[in-house]
Amino acid sequence: MSVTSELSPDGQQLTIFVSGRFDFASHQDFRAAYEGLGSEQRYVVDLRGTHYLDSSALGMLLLLRDHAGGERARIRLVNCTADVITILTISNFSKLFQIG
Amino acid sequence: MQPSSEHLCILIADDSASDRYLLSTIVSRQGHEVLCAANGAEAVAAFEKHRPHLILMDALMPVMDGFDAARRIKQLAGEALVPIIFLTSLTEGEALARCLDAGGDDFIAKPYNHVVLTAKIKAMNRLRLLQETVLQQRDLISRHHEYLLNEQRVAKEVFDQVAHSGCLNASNIRYLQSPYALFNGDLLLATYTPAGHMHMLLGDFTGHGLPAAVGAMPLAEVFYGMTAKGFGLAETLREMNAKLKRILPVDMFCCATLLCVNFKQRQVEVWNGGLPDGYLLSAATGERTALVSRHLPLGVLDSSSFDDKTEVYPFACNDRIFLLSDGVVDTSNRQEELFGVQRLHEVFAANREPHLLIGEIQQALTEFGGQARDDVSMVEILAVEAPDPGTQGVIYSDSGTSTPLDWSATFEFRGSTIRRFNPLPYLLQLLLEVHGLRPQSGALYSVLTELYSNALEHGVLGLDSSLKNDAVGFARYYQLRAERLANLCDGFIRVHVQVVPVGEGGLLTLQVEDSGPGFNVDTILALPPVVDELYGRGLALVRELSEQATWSADGRTACVEFAWG
Repeated sequence: MSVTSELSPDGQQLTIFVSGRFDFASHQDFRAAYEGLGSEQRYVVDLRGTHYLDSSALGMLLLLRDHAGGERARIRLVNCTADVITILTISNFSKLFQIG
Repeated sequence: MQPSSEHLCILIADDSASDRYLLSTIVSRQGHEVLCAANGAEAVAAFEKHRPHLILMDALMPVMDGFDAARRIKQLAGEALVPIIFLTSLTEGEALARCLDAGGDDFIAKPYNHVVLTAKIKAMNRLRLLQETVLQQRDLISRHHEYLLNEQRVAKEVFDQVAHSGCLNASNIRYLQSPYALFNGDLLLATYTPAGHMHMLLGDFTGHGLPAAVGAMPLAEVFYGMTAKGFGLAETLREMNAKLKRILPVDMFCCATLLCVNFKQRQVEVWNGGLPDGYLLSAATGERTALVSRHLPLGVLDSSSFDDKTEVYPFACNDRIFLLSDGVVDTSNRQEELFGVQRLHEVFAANREPHLLIGEIQQALTEFGGQARDDVSMVEILAVEAPDPGTQGVIYSDSGTSTPLDWSATFEFRGSTIRRFNPLPYLLQLLLEVHGLRPQSGALYSVLTELYSNALEHGVLGLDSSLKNDAVGFARYYQLRAERLANLCDGFIRVHVQVVPVGEGGLLTLQVEDSGPGFNVDTILALPPVVDELYGRGLALVRELSEQATWSADGRTACVEFAWG
């Protein structure tokens, strides 16, 4: 598991990369990745390296959403693997996050 | 034993007085306390009496040699590390190995080099302290673990009082759940509604341990409380969602499936938010209909955006519903492969004896090599002619002296109210103030529910129940119902209640009128009773459960009577 992040040159978009298992062990790192930014920014969570995601990871995404302004949050989940798509579909997170 | 790390109590066992003197001098100069023994037996006795921290032991001594003494001392020391350094003039490897075999931790060759001796004592003391720390921590962990288990036991007892087992022991329910599932966030609740339907909830909170268990308690309270009062799935869901949203932190939520099984009407209403597909298993065709998650889990959305839309399926006698938590499909083997939905379907397909299904899934998980997970929850409900009798009666605490026996009231619920509000629980509460009606509360509620939904669906919403003549039409019917209800502006349902005393008892007359076009009473009531159709049980049920059931000529008003005394 590792979490890295990258701010776009204009400072408007933060991309967080999560690889390996996305579960409670990533909690601190995931939070630390966005904590310094506010709700003006756009967020992208790049899950190309994530092969498993559990319910606490879904909880972390909700925390990010809350941090990014709740209803007004602009968050995209990109490069989801088939397994991750399945989990996001079951939990209907597509109603809260832009997926793809 | 003294805890000091620098000033140790050291036992020197050597049969040579001069060697003892030499060693004592070196050791005590380093600030350690010295005990002396002239042979192995004395060394064991001194160890028992003084419990020194470290022993310098000559190998060859009269009475009892150092090997024997070392063995005994190690035994007496138990788990604590008491380092024994052998003092030996032996040089061949085999003899040195014997020292270690006997339990010695190191050896030092004669003649002694005091620099080496000092270094060895220090090194051995480091090991000794390390062992001491490990033991302390082990004991601490095991104490904490004991506390934790005890707390869980107490918490579970409290929870069981709140959540009790409802009707999970009904003969048409089978389930598998770890007794401590609560601490994995799994929750299984079932109970009967006043009308004799069964409400069931399978829930899975995010996370593990106490945090996962905390949300279960209010959820169970809302579930039992609202079901007992006659609220339907939609209202119960809204309340549960609102409550969890209010009390849980942002990253906690509860994936859940809720069911309302209507045995009399042979249909089941389903809401799934975030749990894996459940299945409706048809007894007649063997077909499996997936009960798919269409919603976000409970506790994520605000009340304003929460969607309580349910789906309704026909549920014929001997059909079954199977629900599972994600522990089943997410069980992984040593290669970190997941059990997955495909393997689950293979078990379904291979199943011959329906009542063995849960056991077969469990077996498949074991054969798959899944590490035993205790968050595997499964439940199966069989459609039966009638649920177990003896749905627990409500205990009323009032005396009955103030029971209202001579009154009437008319309620008119108009379009925008009907859209979101279910007046039935309130009407039932009011009617049950009349003591004589309480023994018939089940029948009364069933009839009231039937009449109200007839008035709503066929009257106000203008739905034709013959649409429900096949599975596709059935789904279409409930889709149309939801659409028309969501857009409802006009129309009304009037409920007129009249209670009059008759002799020692009394009579309730209940009229339900709607704004719809009505129906041809003679034609509908003359229809032969249905056997295996998917619709048409409502009116028969009303006639069976109430004493007098009549319809006005235009079919817009139904009138039933309940007498007592």
